[in-house]
Amino acid sequence: MTSVLTPELTAHWDAPDSFTLAGYKRAGGYQALPKALRTGPDEIIQMVKNSGLRGRGGAGFPTGVKWGFIPQGDTKPHYLVVNADESEPGTCKDIPLMLASPHMLIEGAIIASYAIRAARAFIYVRGEVLHVVRRLHHAVAEAYEAGYLGENILGSGFSLDITVHAGAGAYECGEETALLDSLEGKRGQPRLKPPFPATSGLYASPTVVNNVESIASVPFIVARGAGEFAALGTERSKGFGIFSLTGHVTTPGQYEAPLGVTLRQLLDLAGGVRAGHTLKFWTPGGSSTPIFTDEHLDVPLDFEGTSAAGSMLGTRALQIFDETTCVVRATLRWTEFYQHESCGKCTPCREGTYWMVRVLDRLDHGQGTDEDLDKLLDICDNILGRAFCPFGDGAISPVVSSIKYFRDEFIEHGKRGGCPFDPAASTVWADGGR
Amino acid sequence: MPLSDEARARLDADAGEIIGRYPHSRSALLPLLHLVQAEEGYVSDDGIAYCADRLGLSEAEVTAVVSFYTMYKRRPVGDYHVGVCTNTLCAIMGGDQILADLREHLGVGDDRPTPDGKVSLEHVECNAACDYAPVVMVNWEFFDDMTPASARALVDGLRAGHDIDGFEIIAPSRGAPRLVTWKEAARILAGFPDDQATAGHTAGRATLAGLRIAKEHGWTPDTPAAAAEAAPAGDRPQDGGGRRTGAGAKRGGGENTARGRDEQSAGDGSTS
Repeated sequence: MTSVLTPELTAHWDAPDSFTLAGYKRAGGYQALPKALRTGPDEIIQMVKNSGLRGRGGAGFPTGVKWGFIPQGDTKPHYLVVNADESEPGTCKDIPLMLASPHMLIEGAIIASYAIRAARAFIYVRGEVLHVVRRLHHAVAEAYEAGYLGENILGSGFSLDITVHAGAGAYECGEETALLDSLEGKRGQPRLKPPFPATSGLYASPTVVNNVESIASVPFIVARGAGEFAALGTERSKGFGIFSLTGHVTTPGQYEAPLGVTLRQLLDLAGGVRAGHTLKFWTPGGSSTPIFTDEHLDVPLDFEGTSAAGSMLGTRALQIFDETTCVVRATLRWTEFYQHESCGKCTPCREGTYWMVRVLDRLDHGQGTDEDLDKLLDICDNILGRAFCPFGDGAISPVVSSIKYFRDEFIEHGKRGGCPFDPAASTVWADGGR
Repeated sequence: MPLSDEARARLDADAGEIIGRYPHSRSALLPLLHLVQAEEGYVSDDGIAYCADRLGLSEAEVTAVVSFYTMYKRRPVGDYHVGVCTNTLCAIMGGDQILADLREHLGVGDDRPTPDGKVSLEHVECNAACDYAPVVMVNWEFFDDMTPASARALVDGLRAGHDIDGFEIIAPSRGAPRLVTWKEAARILAGFPDDQATAGHTAGRATLAGLRIAKEHGWTPDTPAAAAEAAPAGDRPQDGGGRRTGAGAKRGGGENTARGRDEQSAGDGSTS
């Protein structure tokens, strides 16, 4: 029988000391590192290319290709920056990974730094997760003590320092160039590309910015081989990833599976939508990915399948909403988030999100008109492709997709002069739970 | 209030270490701001001047950074700063009601402390714990699966003074067993962790949901996790707030050695 779930990154998370060096080593950790250090950096880059690993932070850019863009033989220092600023609404995979297995991230970061010839690496972790910050500091200290960090790692001649850097609360810093500005001590606003970070990143030096889960996948690829990683997943979306099932589902949580798994398969394992209710809409990969409905239960959750169905794989943040949920309210809240977090650098995003909130609020209160829907879509048109960074495109995703699938529900609010839903019915405790 | 000589001496010692972590000094600004927040509880004008002075920046440059990031407060908050997630998923699962309830219960506006200085309240955006919705943060520690009643009990406990010997301990669901104060938390964020990294839960029930189900189906690699479970786990607390009993209790599988870790190249990994 084929395994629907394939715990690899998550396999040892239930050991009570999984986050310690000893716990990680007992689960097979730090076996990839010596192997990598015996292999040439270029061979490691090729191995990661061969594995087909694509960025796990949402965009899906091939990780090995990104590493290959780093110029070699230049005089500038190179940097690895781990993007641990997990903030996309619905996304909750990197935080538990770093709580349970920070050493997997560190082992991957050492190998990645070796491959791109970086002597300095930074883990930029969002500040609002205190225990994760503790665990990262602790793991880095343990790795230094064990000789996995510092000078001449395992006698290889390769040296690396890792600095844990806590952010201070800004969604925009998840965008890689905004993250770099933030790490340089500035407001977290995106940079014009090109030049790309590969040539002009941190301190205008060649820099790779990778998501936590991407980097944490590297030890598997090195230890077990690119072929074993590529054997899982689909033709162009290789390997496994963590799928986060949240919301109105019987058993919410982290489910690690090959890319291409479907929501139907995952819901079957998770006991389905909460008892007595039916699926209304869901996000495949966070709020910046257009919503799906119950028509999309069998869409393969890989980069190509979600794209063909009109959305994106994103961060595999499967937020499940049942029939008690008002889609207008959900869309308004997401849009309020984008307005709040817009960095303000470019006009389409800053002004567009502001006005979308005004119009959506009117609609939610039953004071909107059909023309407001057209107005909303017009604003979306003026943001799409015109914002400075992908934030703008993300912000319109819930608006456009919810009008596409639930236009009648928006109109119903106007007809009734208010929201037809009872918010209390959507709560966790609505059906006497808890 | 101007920084006292003692405060300045404390800051000087730590600021030097922070600046030394980076190839370019300006990168130290975010941790330095966490540090001044640890000293004063918020980022005062003097704190801004201090950072500007240390890094050779203008006060305007530092102020521009402070105002960009929501975690820096420009006026005092409570010893225990409570953040209720009201992003879409938590809001719908009950976060909206929890926030409305707490606002009424505490009678304070956003970021304003209660008269005793103990608790302040704000709504926060998604904090990456959606599988435990609705989520409440206290000084950036996770309180999972909250209800209006448990949230009220939480803030009442915080105001009553949980840290006095003999009183009820309020521990996060997944975090350090001793809940630190707002200032202590800021110091950790500045890069000076306390000694609680190895304490507290590794993973809650939802974190392990998929792994547990995979094990029931025999889909997991044959990890030595069972052995690990028998190993000493340091000073783990009993159970975070009594809400969760941990997970991974059932372990069915492990037969599927085709994907087993014991097959990976032995290597020379044990070099520590």
